[in-house]
Amino acid sequence: MIKIRVMPTLLHRDMGLVKGKKFDSWRRTGSALQAIKVYNMRGVDELAFMDITASPDGRPPDYELIDDLADECFMPMTVGGGVASVDHVGRLLAVGADKVSLNSHAVSDQTLIAEAARTFGVQCIVVSIDALRRKDGRLEVMTHGGQQPTGLDPVEWAKRAAGLGAGEILLTSVDRDGTFEGYDIPLTKSVAAAVDVPVIASGGAGEYAHMAAVLREANVAAVAAASIYHFTEQTPLEAKRYLKKEGFNVRF
Amino acid sequence: MRPITIVDCGLSNIDSAVRALEYCGGDPVVTRDPETVRKAGRLVLPGVGAFPEAMRRLNESGLADAIRESALAAERPILGICLGMQLMATAGQENEFTQGLGLISGNVLPLKAQLPGERIPHMGWNTVQTAQDCALLAGISADSDFYFVHGYHFVPSDPAHLLATTPYCGGVAAIVGKGLAFGAQFHPEKSQATGFSFLKNFIGL
Repeated sequence: MIKIRVMPTLLHRDMGLVKGKKFDSWRRTGSALQAIKVYNMRGVDELAFMDITASPDGRPPDYELIDDLADECFMPMTVGGGVASVDHVGRLLAVGADKVSLNSHAVSDQTLIAEAARTFGVQCIVVSIDALRRKDGRLEVMTHGGQQPTGLDPVEWAKRAAGLGAGEILLTSVDRDGTFEGYDIPLTKSVAAAVDVPVIASGGAGEYAHMAAVLREANVAAVAAASIYHFTEQTPLEAKRYLKKEGFNVRF
Repeated sequence: MRPITIVDCGLSNIDSAVRALEYCGGDPVVTRDPETVRKAGRLVLPGVGAFPEAMRRLNESGLADAIRESALAAERPILGICLGMQLMATAGQENEFTQGLGLISGNVLPLKAQLPGERIPHMGWNTVQTAQDCALLAGISADSDFYFVHGYHFVPSDPAHLLATTPYCGGVAAIVGKGLAFGAQFHPEKSQATGFSFLKNFIGL
C-alpha cells in the first residue's frame, strides 16, 4: 500500500545578502545541514529544499550548497529555486537532488518542462505552483517567490504542466503560507482532481489536524509543511503518529 | 571494504548511490570507462533519467557492451537501480521503442492506474512483497517499505525472474533477478535503514 508522505520543507532565504561573506554563508549551510541530519535520524519520508530568493534575484541554483546538503541526505530530496534550464536540472540531479522543482521559469518558458521531462524522465520533474487567493476569491498563479502575478489559473496551469511532463505538482497557497490556519482545501481539492500525477499540499499547516483535513478532503499524495516544524514543537514523526490514528497509511 | 564499480552514464544521481554504498561498507568507484567496467568485480547501475537517452549514452560510450560482458559473460554481480533496473530489460517503451541491455528478458512499459486514486508516476513509500527467495532481502522484514519514483515498470518475460512485487497499478516488479544480475525498481540508497540492509546484502554477495 502506498503511504501518505509527510514532508518538511526547508526554505532557503536571502542567500544574496550573505553572498561573499563566507562565515555567514557557511552558517546558513550549517543550519540547513543540521536540519537534514535531524530529519535523517527521524526517518523523514522526503524533504523539499527551496531556495526561494534565487528566481527573484535572478540567480541560478547554488550547486555547491545542494551538493553539500545531498551528501548528508539519506532521504529523497526535491530541490527548487532558480531552475531556468535543462542544464540546471541536470546539474542538480548530478549533485544529488532526486527531483527538481520548476516554478517561475516553467511559466515563462513552457518548453522547459517538456524538455526536462524528455531528458530526465517525468518522475523527477516537479512543478511548483504558488497560488494566491485574492479578496474576491479569484485564484492566480504567482511566481518569483509569490511576488509576480501571471494571470494563470492554478487548476488550468496544473493541467497544462502535467500534460507537458510534470511528474508531480507541489501546490502552495501563498496566502495561507506561514499563517498556521490550515491548507486551502478548496484550491487543493480542485487541483488534485484536475491532474493524474501526485499532488503535494503545502501552505498553512498549523497543526496535525490540518494535514488530516486536507488528506480527507483532497486526494493528495503528500502533505508538506515548514513553519509548523520550525516554530512549534510539532514534528513529522508526531504528525505521522496522529495521521495513523486518524486511519491514514503512513510509514514508520 | 568491498570494491564496487558504479557506472555513470552522465544522467544519473551518482552521489547518493556512492554515499549509501560507502555507508554500507562498500568501496565505490565511479566510472565512465568501459575497460574499468570489464574489470569490475561487481557493478551498480544507478538511474535517474529517461530510457532512450540513457541507452544512447551507454551505447555511444561503449559502456553497454562492457556491462553485457561483465554481467552476462563473466557472470559478475550487478545491481540496477530504478532506471538502471529498467535498462537491464530487452527493450523499453519510454517516449519511443529502445533496445535495452538485455540482461533479463522483459519489457519496460508505462504504468497504468488500475484502482481509483492511483496516480502516475508511482511516487513514495510502498510495500515490497517477496514473490520468491531473494538474497538481497535477507534479514529484511516482510512487507517493508521502500522508496519508489517511476512512471514505467519492468515486466519480466519469465515469472521466474520476478523476485518481489509492490501493490500498485495491479502489481509492479519491485525486484527482478537472474543469477547474480539484480534490478530494484525502488531506490535502496534513499530507503534509509531498510535500503541500507538491501545494499549490504548486495555488497556481501
